Amino acid sequence: MKIAVASGKGGTGKTTVSVLLYEYLDEYTYVDMDVEEPNGSIFIKPDIVKKEDFNKKIPNINENKCTFCGKCADNCPYNAISIIKNAEKSLFFEDLCMSCGVCSYVCPIEDAIIEEDKKIGVINYGMGFKNSKSIDFIEGVLDIGEPSGVPIINKINKKLTGGEKYILDSPPGTTCPTVATIEKVDYVVLVTEPTPFGINDLELTLEIVEEMDKPHGLVVNKDNEDNDLIEKFLKNHDINILGSIPYDEDFARSYSKGESLLHSSKNIESSVEKIIKNLKKENEEL
Amino acid sequence: MSLKQIVVLSGKGGAGKTTLTATLAKLFDSKVIVDTDVDAADMFILMKPKIRKKEKFKGKSVAKINQDYCIKCGKCKELCRFDAINIINDKYKINEYMCDGCNLCEIACPENAINMIPQIVGEWYISETKWGDMVHAKLYPGAENSGNLVTMVKHQAKLIAENKKKNFLLIDGPPGIGCPVNSSLSGAHYAVLVTEPTQSGLHDLKRIQQVSNHFDLDNYLVINKYDINIEMTNKILEFAQDKNMKLIGKIPFDKRIVNAQVNLKTPIDFEENEDLKKQFKEIYNKLINDIERE
Repeated sequence: MKIAVASGKGGTGKTTVSVLLYEYLDEYTYVDMDVEEPNGSIFIKPDIVKKEDFNKKIPNINENKCTFCGKCADNCPYNAISIIKNAEKSLFFEDLCMSCGVCSYVCPIEDAIIEEDKKIGVINYGMGFKNSKSIDFIEGVLDIGEPSGVPIINKINKKLTGGEKYILDSPPGTTCPTVATIEKVDYVVLVTEPTPFGINDLELTLEIVEEMDKPHGLVVNKDNEDNDLIEKFLKNHDINILGSIPYDEDFARSYSKGESLLHSSKNIESSVEKIIKNLKKENEEL
Repeated sequence: MSLKQIVVLSGKGGAGKTTLTATLAKLFDSKVIVDTDVDAADMFILMKPKIRKKEKFKGKSVAKINQDYCIKCGKCKELCRFDAINIINDKYKINEYMCDGCNLCEIACPENAINMIPQIVGEWYISETKWGDMVHAKLYPGAENSGNLVTMVKHQAKLIAENKKKNFLLIDGPPGIGCPVNSSLSGAHYAVLVTEPTQSGLHDLKRIQQVSNHFDLDNYLVINKYDINIEMTNKILEFAQDKNMKLIGKIPFDKRIVNAQVNLKTPIDFEENEDLKKQFKEIYNKLINDIERE
């Protein structure tokens, strides 16, 4: 069973909801897929027991063998290679390279392009505050300056074995990294806040989730019942409400300090209980 | 004065980038307003732009397998680095979400059964607002290439600014530290980093500060909701001093700021918010004075 927590807009409470579910549901492993800005570890405080470097392949052009025919540059879809025929020079722009492998495939000279590993991030494994005996925390961390975390997300996805239970904390936005995260999950928990930004981005995320045909439900975070934005949204959308998390100052304080979220206030505990109950209604294997 | 680009960033989403940018946009004199958070563009909600020009944006192509020619040799699946090719009902199929449009399968297919189909992934707009010209965009949900769309949006904004002799591009940045952020920072002069006094806020500020340094920008700092955790605010201030970031504002947690957004407005749009107006004006003054001094 894999559950993704997604929202579109940043700061609506993806990590909060993910950590609460992790805290409440015993057998679940927390997986931080927001590799650009992973924050789950702040709350889960894992003992990291294993670190794996994540590498991407980049071409190394051997100018002694290269005939400067320019085939690699002509075929590179990301314009990451320039060949200057007259000067017999090659230029490689690593930031643009997406490791697709086209250059080495089209190169007519043997060993003129050799693909080498370049570290772009790390995958950490650990045990969080649930005192589990096995790994129940996984996070991807993209190195600063690297353009795309999608390869790390895909790699983590491959590591998540079928029978186990996972909560995937998704990246913000509604594009590639989010799609890569929810691609293989069984259920999506959408999180929003009752603001115009929250609702606008929820609509975008809902579009993807529906298009990908993923079962889903909604959690309203920072619910202060001050306005009718959620009600209005529900009039136009047929979506299952899992529950809401009230705006609560004790909770906000615990969040800001990185303390346990579930026990920060009585209100929160009962809200989470209700969310879990509704989740269970829809997912028997939960 | 030559055109200067100011980018508002935070790393962490929800820290207050858009609210601050929209508010500054109403205070700045000579600028073009730019929203580069094309994945989840929200600034239009506060600026209510009237769209004057709208263009489709062509992104990457996506591979398509012609089943009539496919001999099921499996070469494409074996070579694809993006896990975009699956066997479904004994047929090789492209997963359009995963396909990066790199062409490798098309090049490698021995039967020429694969074609690359260009995709329209979004649109960009040149608009008028009460506070000046605005360039913004919308990436269709699930699409890719947001970095390229960001570059396009900035390019259009620059053309307008040069044409109308404006002094500033005021840019609302995307969250994160990846490709769209790099595109928003490329060619920029100043970064305004917005954070909140939470562990996550500081963690992400540290990462975005490194990205900004990579581009050799002057960094300004705004701490939003600074009074929800004074201890953390002090930690952020220490970090800022250590990294030579200039503090230009501390905004208190104030329900009126949330309420303004609920009413599709910025905090300074209300007569009665005199004190908030003063605070935002001060942020603006500090920023503009420092820029002009240089």
